[in-house]
Amino acid sequence: MSALADGLATPRALPAHLRRLEAESVGIMREVAAEFRNPVMLYSIGKDSSVMLHLARKAFFPGKLPFPLLHIDTGWKFREMIAFRDATACRLGVDLIVHTNQDGLRRGINPIDSGSALHTAVMKTEALKQALDQLEFDAALGGARRDEEKSRAKERIFSLRGANHSWDPRNQRPELWRLYNTRLRERETMRVFPLSNWTEYNVWEYVEAEQIPVVPLYFAAWRPVVDRSGTWIMVDDDRLPLLPGEKPQQRLVRFRTLGCYPLTGAIDSSAGTLSEVIAELRDTRRSERQGRLIDSDEEAAMERKKREGYF
Amino acid sequence: MTALCETMRRSRGHDLLRFLTCGSVDDGKSTLIGRLLHDCALIYDDQLETLERESRRFGTTGGDIDFSLLLDGLEDERQQRITIDVAYRFFATAARSFVVADTPGHEQYTRNMATGASTCDLAVLLVDARNGIVAQTRQHAFVCSLLGIRHLVLAVNKMDLIGFAESRFVEIAANFSQFASSLDAPEASAIPLSALMGDNVTRRSDRMPWYQGPTLLEHLETIQITRGGDKQPLRFPVQWVNRPNGEFRGFSGTVVSGSIAPGDLVLVAGSGRSTRVREIVTFDGLIERAEAGAAVTLRLADEIDIARGDLLADPRDPPEFVDQFAAHVIWMSEHRMVPGRSYLLKIGTRTVPATITALKHRVDVGTLAHLADKSLALNDIGFCNLSTAAPVAFDPYIQNRDTGGFILIDRLTNETAGAGMIAFGLRRASNIHWQSLTVGHEERAALKGQAPAVLWLTGLSGAGKSTIADLVEKQLLAAGRHTMLLDGDNVRHGLNRDLGFTDVDRVENIRRVGEVAKLMAEAGLIVICSFISPFRAERQMVRALIEPTAFFEIFIDAPIDECIRRDPKGLYAKARAGQIPNFTGVDSPYEAPEAPELRLGTLEIPPEDAAAQIIETLRRRRII
Repeated sequence: MSALADGLATPRALPAHLRRLEAESVGIMREVAAEFRNPVMLYSIGKDSSVMLHLARKAFFPGKLPFPLLHIDTGWKFREMIAFRDATACRLGVDLIVHTNQDGLRRGINPIDSGSALHTAVMKTEALKQALDQLEFDAALGGARRDEEKSRAKERIFSLRGANHSWDPRNQRPELWRLYNTRLRERETMRVFPLSNWTEYNVWEYVEAEQIPVVPLYFAAWRPVVDRSGTWIMVDDDRLPLLPGEKPQQRLVRFRTLGCYPLTGAIDSSAGTLSEVIAELRDTRRSERQGRLIDSDEEAAMERKKREGYF
Repeated sequence: MTALCETMRRSRGHDLLRFLTCGSVDDGKSTLIGRLLHDCALIYDDQLETLERESRRFGTTGGDIDFSLLLDGLEDERQQRITIDVAYRFFATAARSFVVADTPGHEQYTRNMATGASTCDLAVLLVDARNGIVAQTRQHAFVCSLLGIRHLVLAVNKMDLIGFAESRFVEIAANFSQFASSLDAPEASAIPLSALMGDNVTRRSDRMPWYQGPTLLEHLETIQITRGGDKQPLRFPVQWVNRPNGEFRGFSGTVVSGSIAPGDLVLVAGSGRSTRVREIVTFDGLIERAEAGAAVTLRLADEIDIARGDLLADPRDPPEFVDQFAAHVIWMSEHRMVPGRSYLLKIGTRTVPATITALKHRVDVGTLAHLADKSLALNDIGFCNLSTAAPVAFDPYIQNRDTGGFILIDRLTNETAGAGMIAFGLRRASNIHWQSLTVGHEERAALKGQAPAVLWLTGLSGAGKSTIADLVEKQLLAAGRHTMLLDGDNVRHGLNRDLGFTDVDRVENIRRVGEVAKLMAEAGLIVICSFISPFRAERQMVRALIEPTAFFEIFIDAPIDECIRRDPKGLYAKARAGQIPNFTGVDSPYEAPEAPELRLGTLEIPPEDAAAQIIETLRRRRII
């Protein structure tokens, strides 16, 4: 409430296109708060989640967030991510739920022995479904963007999930103007993507303009990595078995996306600040998701995962 | 070219243009967007590698890069080589940021095209230079203009296949210009190009020196878009009431048109109440003015009753407030639109039950001719009268997309069944007041020593509805109760003798009976209704009319084979001989109740026991 007493704000320096994106996202989140019984915001700790969380604070100011955050913890996130998550929840005083698929843990599922596909299916997709079912959430906000991947470019902002969280891409509700059909039947749920129309570039412009904290892994630093089929994998802890003759080397690298550390490739980069990251992004020849091992399992990999309930 | 593209990739968009591409199948929509992105060097290397791999596997370009694979993101699309759903792509040049919606050309996906068009300012209509303007071109241009797109660009593609002939281009452009003048789209221009070769897409073609106009990209970068949002009067749909504590009460929403500042007088549309804006609250502090497009929170000077769904407006230029209006409706459901059926209508932040009371005409989208019809099928466009359960505030769609556009939601499946654009209000609802009466239904019923009720008997013809209804009424009468029996056959001799047995007429039949039953219940009577009433939606509609405690849905359940065997009126025999069309259970469906108050299986119990169970239920529920 203190900001209210500070008098009139100076005119916003935000460029017009970011203002427009911001307003759209804020409107979407308010629609979720108004129309659903028990919504939740998926928090994956990455830059998109950081932006989404910032937008949610704007949407409901001066009130608190009218929903908790949910983090699906696979147990294999970078240590810096977990530290950032806990610091953020503490700093902003938000209600954070952390869920891990205990059954998957017991079965010993992990990205190294089980392979990326099974690990993702059990520790991310299954885990997400468990959490949504157990806590009876009827709507989940996620930070996915249409520019990330082809099947996401086809998805609605308010995306209906059938019983068992399945997505039917052939049968999506038409979405006109700013009118969102939020009606659900028994056992159906909604996934909502307020950042649908943002690009990776927009996200970084906004992070810079609004000074939003992000995980330091996005910035270049000397990190211990090994070369795994042309991708730099960071040795984040002693659980990553080294191949015969393999020795971690220190390289100046950063991450464009964050996920489970054994499945997330770093890129050679000297971009150590926000403006350097943005400058690098303008000149890059590679897309954002190329460092994600789980997407390249097969063509249409993302669509299949989404149909099964992946976010 | 590389230099040009470097500047474009480095630049930041200042202004945002949303456009869509449309045209018939194989006119090259996806190829055009792919070409645009490729020539602007906006396709990443790894995407290009995937594209090359997929082009070899699925492509139709004989090993060359098939740009359409860049956008057709669904598995079915890549395998069937067609665009099924809208894809959104984002790019920026030195002049502008763009969002492009690539929409399907197949006729059966018109609803997705309309979806793409609803948020766009401009449409690029592709035609194949060899074919010129075809029915789909006209259809798409019409849908675009109906959805309020004021800028049309005709991209005459595949010029390479007609030897870059000027005369052919001029002919097509003239044809288009003639058609466009009949639409509500003030600006239409034509550009000759080849998406496959890149001519006139981002770079000027030296093979068409006769063309002096801009390339497609230049046109998109420089066109002045008239949105006029700021010049419109204030419209602020209240989306969410922000009450974090006892002291703060704010109204959150997006300024959809006009602008607002502290001190401004605002009217709660339709209520006659107005107040002044005290503060405009944002996370970044209080602001002096909120323009169209801004999502803010308003604090008002007076504590007046405002909730989600209300529309705050400029009192000098208020919106209309009616419960009946005329609108163009695009039907988007596999289930036909049925006049008289109750749908949910969402407009702005408001959701109200609504019915389409009349289909004035259906539009033949190829010729724009007005055709008489009784209902709309998937992808049909009609001009309709609608009636809402409560008055709603609106502006004509042509003035304001946000306060004039609505969607219709099917109450059973929850699908988005249609989208509408309001043309005008039919009458001011405020002129028809509810007459306030001193004597109410409770007084009337009390005098009769009973509580009013509606017993709705539904089931197949021959299930035993009329027999049971008759027994129930006799017993109630004997017990000194005041009753009325409405029977399907009898009603059709009088009140509903103008109705037949099509789905549309069946819905209207039940709607009228429901209203009559409601009046009789208000008169204090126990109303027994015996109707096949095959559709859940209509039984739901009647239920919604009656007090919840007074409505009893009673399912008279007999298997179809048994009904055919009984066939008391000889109707099944006739229906199966093809003499009665649309007969329930034969060639028209019966949707059994999912949760009736009572289910009576007439194969298991005789009519007397069934009647006794109904009487017992009424007693238990203290109706008698």
